[in-house]
Parts: sequence; structure tokens; C-alpha cells
Amino acid sequence: MSKRLQGIITPIIAVLLGIIVGTIIMLVSGYNPISAYNALWNGAFGEVYYFGEVVRQVTPYILAGLAVAFAFRVGLFNIGVEGQFIVGWLAAVWVGTSFDLPKIIHLPLAIIAATVAGALWAYIPGLLKARLRVHEVIVTIMLNYTALHVSNYLIKNVLTNHKDRTGMIKESASLRSDWLQSITDYSRLHWGIIIAVICCFIMWFLLERTTKGFELRAVGFNQDAAQYAGMNVNRTIILSMVISGAFAGLAGAMDGLGTFGYVTVKSGFTGVGFDGIAIALLGGNTALGVFFSAILFGALKVGALNMPLEAGVPNELVDIIIALIVFFVASSYIIRVVLNRFGKKDVK
Amino acid sequence: MDYVIEMLNIRKEFGNFVANDNITLQVKKGEIHALLGENGAGKSTLMNVLFGLYQPEAGEIRVKGQPVKITDPNVANDLGIGMVHQHFMLVDVFSVTENIILGKEITKGGRIDIKKAEEEVRRISEQYGLAVDPQAKISDISVGMQQRVEILKTLYRGAEILIFDEPTAVLTPQEITELIQIMKTLIKEGKSIILITHKLKEIMEVADRCTVIRKGKGIGTVNVSETNPNELARMMVGHDVVFKVEKKPAEPKQDVLEINDLVVKDSRGLTAVNGLNLSVRAGEIVGIAGVDGNGQSELIEAITGLRKAESGSVKVNGKELINHKPRKIMESGVGHIPQDRHKHGLVLNFPIGENMVLENYYQKPYSKNGILNFKEIYNQARRLISEFDVRTPSEYVLARALSGGNQQKAIIGREVDRNPDLLIAAQPTRGLDVGAIEFIHRRLIEQRDHGKAVLLVSFELDEIMSVSDRIAVIYEGRIVAVVDPKETDEQELGLLMAGSSRKEAGTNV
Repeated sequence: MSKRLQGIITPIIAVLLGIIVGTIIMLVSGYNPISAYNALWNGAFGEVYYFGEVVRQVTPYILAGLAVAFAFRVGLFNIGVEGQFIVGWLAAVWVGTSFDLPKIIHLPLAIIAATVAGALWAYIPGLLKARLRVHEVIVTIMLNYTALHVSNYLIKNVLTNHKDRTGMIKESASLRSDWLQSITDYSRLHWGIIIAVICCFIMWFLLERTTKGFELRAVGFNQDAAQYAGMNVNRTIILSMVISGAFAGLAGAMDGLGTFGYVTVKSGFTGVGFDGIAIALLGGNTALGVFFSAILFGALKVGALNMPLEAGVPNELVDIIIALIVFFVASSYIIRVVLNRFGKKDVK
Repeated sequence: MDYVIEMLNIRKEFGNFVANDNITLQVKKGEIHALLGENGAGKSTLMNVLFGLYQPEAGEIRVKGQPVKITDPNVANDLGIGMVHQHFMLVDVFSVTENIILGKEITKGGRIDIKKAEEEVRRISEQYGLAVDPQAKISDISVGMQQRVEILKTLYRGAEILIFDEPTAVLTPQEITELIQIMKTLIKEGKSIILITHKLKEIMEVADRCTVIRKGKGIGTVNVSETNPNELARMMVGHDVVFKVEKKPAEPKQDVLEINDLVVKDSRGLTAVNGLNLSVRAGEIVGIAGVDGNGQSELIEAITGLRKAESGSVKVNGKELINHKPRKIMESGVGHIPQDRHKHGLVLNFPIGENMVLENYYQKPYSKNGILNFKEIYNQARRLISEFDVRTPSEYVLARALSGGNQQKAIIGREVDRNPDLLIAAQPTRGLDVGAIEFIHRRLIEQRDHGKAVLLVSFELDEIMSVSDRIAVIYEGRIVAVVDPKETDEQELGLLMAGSSRKEAGTNV
């Protein structure tokens, strides 16, 4: 079996296994799995409104997935996408609410602000890793909490006068589109999806076609050989974290400038950054893979809302199914071994 | 005939690939039987079949005349077959005795009876003249001693037939002499030995008979006393091999590399290179002889910029390069064939074609305005692959999939093609077969004849002696002697490498 084919089949089998085990759990706990999955499907694609909501959900998912995947390709585990997402969101709304500018300047400025904020937030663990060999996982986890609480403080004390939510961003900074909303039965669909798709292309092009990408991939596979070949490993590590954080910050802009148009004080994490880890994993850390797995996760997330309504299945069960899929993807090693065994028999 | 092991018409396939094709190996009781073949000829596969790790598709194995089925290594152990691995399987923090009894402990009331175990180890050690201290910690004893612990492990488990897998690869010349003595003692005590090797000299010195395999096929078995190295080499490779590396006398010119009072610390912060002085001239090959761990790696890393030097001077073509960035040093005319081709030489998960431009991918024509030009990259790769005879299905195959010899040829092609004034070759032939070694030696000499300076580091004295124009002996981070290969011998080099001064070495000969 070719490696490429295996790369496609493994996540599909993981998803199927997740659904099968989910079925068993539903049967055991007395729910009808057929009507449940039916409700899930209808909730994601049954109406044009739901479809619009799925695409809306997919947008930050793609970017968060790209953020995790990009760092991963350079051999770094960026758990801090959540934090970079939060600072990106905050920065986008800040710029979106504070200025009065023509749209052609204001919207790009807000997007760039989010990107830069995420990139700077990820620069810290990159720098610490490159200079002092501090493990990026620890630093990024801590920076997630820092981002959460710093952004809450800024919302309460700087952006507003002790309120829990900022005002709406100016129309000139918004990604929303009346037309997109009207064709999807007034879902919250916005132009961000185009940015997300362009970013998929950027990630692919950057890694696979550019000279910098060659260095990034070489450092990801073998730091010693990269150093021997005269590449600046430390600078490459920092660069990869910065680009990863830029994607994450951009994901924050999607929610700040598109879905919500404001930012609230959060009691906990949004989960988008952590879902990004699962999305990147399922997508095999490639741009195209992330695109498809973000669609799956977005559909599951939005479709799940319909399951309690239509089939009476509790929300938690959907979380369990998602968790099962992630579990089977993470253990895709086992699937690969089984595939190899079948593959070998074919050869003989 | 009194055969202790018979492997008759063994056939082992992996998919479509036939690793062993009707190979017959018959070992007499009390002999040292050499198994000779190039890398990838099928020696290891055959031994893994004997050791129960692989099941053969056809053929029969007999132990002492009885047909047996060896389904796993435990069965092999029970039949008295023991393996002395090339890469030692020892727990560093355990004592010699603890390592030996591991998995077969002597217990008393549920607890290990370490006293009794130590006695047993001491008894076996004395019986075979191994002189191993049962209480010593593995991390405190030399590589040669560690190998003896491996031998003891098999003897403790009652092995009658010992398989030695490339046992001399890691030893100094003196340790090799001692090992040969040990093998002879083992034979005297009634054991039989299968010696896997591709070193002809060792076979001539120690083996009674020799079975040669080539490309998975048995070529034949000969009595060592009735053959010579040339015949064995011809059987192994399939054509005549030139042993003596043919080369004209060197015509050295100006200094290319000048090292003065270089001090480098190793990763643990200990001084590894301690005030070293060395020069290499254009048009000569200087070989650095020394036992592993006397500062060779640190020296090379300091020259190439991979490790920070504490003090001193490294000049290439008169330009000071100490503690410059690796890329700067490379661009100043230094090429480097690294010691560990997997760690430093290649990105194994990159296609072999992309590995061919690992150091100059950023230069034209491979990169323009920050965008890679894959057409040019793969043109260059195809050119190097054919020029340096890298055997690969295509230039798009991952470097990981190539054999060691072909990986090494790819690295050498890449380095030589950059046309450096100074070429550093660290153990360029480690683990390679005769054909590849010959190829690589020819290329190094070719560089020299083109007026380049070559610095060769190797633990193989044969290689140092036959390829170098001058030999610098390194001991504890200093060059302790520079000798002419025509005026020295292994004995003298061995003593110099062990720290004797030249005078002492001279009187000891």
C-alpha cells in the first residue's frame, strides 16, 4: 500500500471506528443511533442555515489547525494556539472598535493586528526554546492562562468601564456580509472562510515551495543535519512559532470580526485552540488534510446542537464521539500496523 | 562428518526479495567458521534464521545431526546457540554480574543470590581466560571488556556455538589481538564459533574455514589454509579487488588548514581537545589515528563550526575561521563528510534528491527570490546520482530507503561536487563493504590529486595507513606524533594511540 493512500485511509478508518464505538455507547445507554446520526447530519447539512453555520465554525478551525500543524512540521508542539487565538481576537476587536477608517484600510488593519498579536504571543515560547531550550509545551500552556486573564483584565478595565463585553466593532472593520447571511437563511456566515482557504494555500506554498520552507522542514525532521548544513536552527524555530501564532491570531480575528463582532470576558477557554490540535492530528499536519478535518470537526460541532432537539441524545454524547475519533486518530499507529499486515499479504 | 551445525539449502524471502537463496552452512565441532559477505549479502538474515528470529521458507537446520525447528531465540538458547551482538546489549548502571544473569537469575527464596552468581561468573571467566571483574560497573569498563561480558552472557547460558557479529568493529588493535586469543581459548575448551565479518585479514588470522555468500547466494566454503585474501575477496565481490590503494606520491604545496593551540570542551564540559596543533597542505591526505573518544569528534566539530572552541586558531587558506557560523565556514571552502551520516549527513525523511542540495539549496539556480526550483534541484541530483553511482530506484525516494553505502556515496558526491579546498572525511567507510570502500578511497585520493587538502579521521588503522600521506596520532586531545605511513606499522601506531611516547613505542617494537 502506498504511503499516500495510507495517509488518507488511516484518518477515515479512525473516524469510522469513532462512529462505530459511538453507536455502541448509544445502544448501551438506550438511544437510537440511527435517528441520532440522522439528527447530526440534518443539523449540519439538512438546511442551508445549518450549512452556513458549519462553514462559519470551520473558518477558525482551519486556521487553528494550520497553526498547530505548522509548528508540528518544524518539530514543535504548539499547545498555545488557544492563547494566541484569544489575544488575536482581542487585538482585532480593539482595532475594530477604536478607529474610524475607510473599510479598505480598517478591515486589513484589524486583521493584521490580530495576526501580529498572535505572532508576538507565540514569539515568547519560540525565543525561550531557541535561546534557553525551555520546552515549548510548558511555556505555551502557561501563556494560555496568561492570555485569558490579561485579555479579561483589558476588556474590563481598558476597553470598557467594568463591563463584561465590548461594544460592537465598526462596520468598516467587519467581515460580515448581508449577502452571505441572506443566502444562508441568516446564519452568521462571513467572508473569513476565504481568508482561511487562502491560508491553507499559503501554508502549503511556504513549506513545500520556498527556500525558507526547505529549512523549516529540514529542522523539523533533523535539527542536527540542518545545523550541519549551515541552517540557523534557532532562528528557524522562532520563525515557525511566529508563523504558527500568526495563523492562531488570525483565527481569533475570524470570531472577533466575523462571527461575534465583539469580545467578552471569558470564564474559561474557548476550546478552538485545543480542537486545533485534534484537527491538525487528523489532517496529518498537511494544509489539505487540515482543510478536510476542519470541515469534519465543524460539522460535528454544529450538527451536534441538533441531536438533543431532534433525537433526544444528550450533548455530552457528541463530545464523547469526537473524543473517540481523536483517540482513534492518536492511536492511528495501530491502524497503520493492521493496514501493513493486510498490505503484506497482498504482495505475496 | 561431525558437524555441530548444519544449515542446508536455506531459503528466506521478504516479499519478492530473496535474501537467502539455497545457502548451505556446515560448521564442524571445535572450529572457527567465518561467514564472509558484503553488506546486504544476507549474512545477518542467515544468522537470524539460525537464531530463530526468522523462519526460512525452505531448507533444514540440524544441530549435532538432529533436525530442529528453531521458532524463537529461546529455542536457540536451549540448543546451545549464543550470539555476541555487534551493538552491546548491556545495562550501563548494572554490574557485570547483574548484566550476565539478567533474565536467568540465580535466586534464593525469591531474592537474587548475587554472591553465588558472582562466583559462577568468576569461575566461567577464569575457565576461558576472560579476566573480567564480576563486580565492576559496565559504565566503568572499556569497550573490549564490555564485549567480554557479552561473551560471558552466552557462556553463562550454556552456549556451545557462539556467533560473533562483526566483533572487531569497535576494538583497538591490541584489543583485537586479545579477542583473537580468547576465541582460540574458547575453541580449545570445545566450543564452536561462527564469525561474521567482512575483514579478510581477521579471517586469514583466526578462522579454520570460511563460507562466502554474495547477493543472497552461497558461493562456496574454503579451507582458510588453502586460500589467500585475493581469492576470498574475489569470491565475495565477484571480481578482482585492488587492496593496496593505488596512488602516486603526494605533491603537497601550501598549508590549507592550520590549527594552533586549539582547545575545545565536550558536551559534559570536559576538555576534549587540549592545545592541538595540526596542519594539512594542499595535495595531501592527513590521517588522524586514535582510539575513539580522544577528541576526534570535538576537533572536527570545532573546525566546521558545529561546536564552540574555547581558544586557539583555525585558519583555512590563511583566513581565521574559529567560531564562525557553519555556513560561513562552508562557503570558505570546507567540505565535511560527517561521522554519523544519519544524524548529520542526511535528512532521512527528505527525498535523496533534496538531500543532494542540503547545503546550497539557497543558492542559484536551486533557489530564486526565495522560491525553490525543483527542476534544477533534481537535475543536479540526477547528475550526482549517476556520477557517484548511487543506486536508488529514483531521485524521489526517501534517503531513508537507501542502503548505507549508497547514502554515503550520495553524501560524498554532494561534498566533492562543491569542490572544497579542504575536505574533512570522518570515518567515511564505516560499516561499508569492500566495493564501496574502494570507491570512496579512490574519490578521496582523486581530490588530493586535484590539489585539495584532505583530513581523514578513522578508527580503522588499515584505512589510515593505506590512504594517508601523513599520519597524525591523537591522544587525549593532542597530536602526540606525526609519522610517515611508510615508516611505521600497526604495532607502533597502536602504542602511540594508547599514550606511549614515540621513543617508548620504538623500544617496545
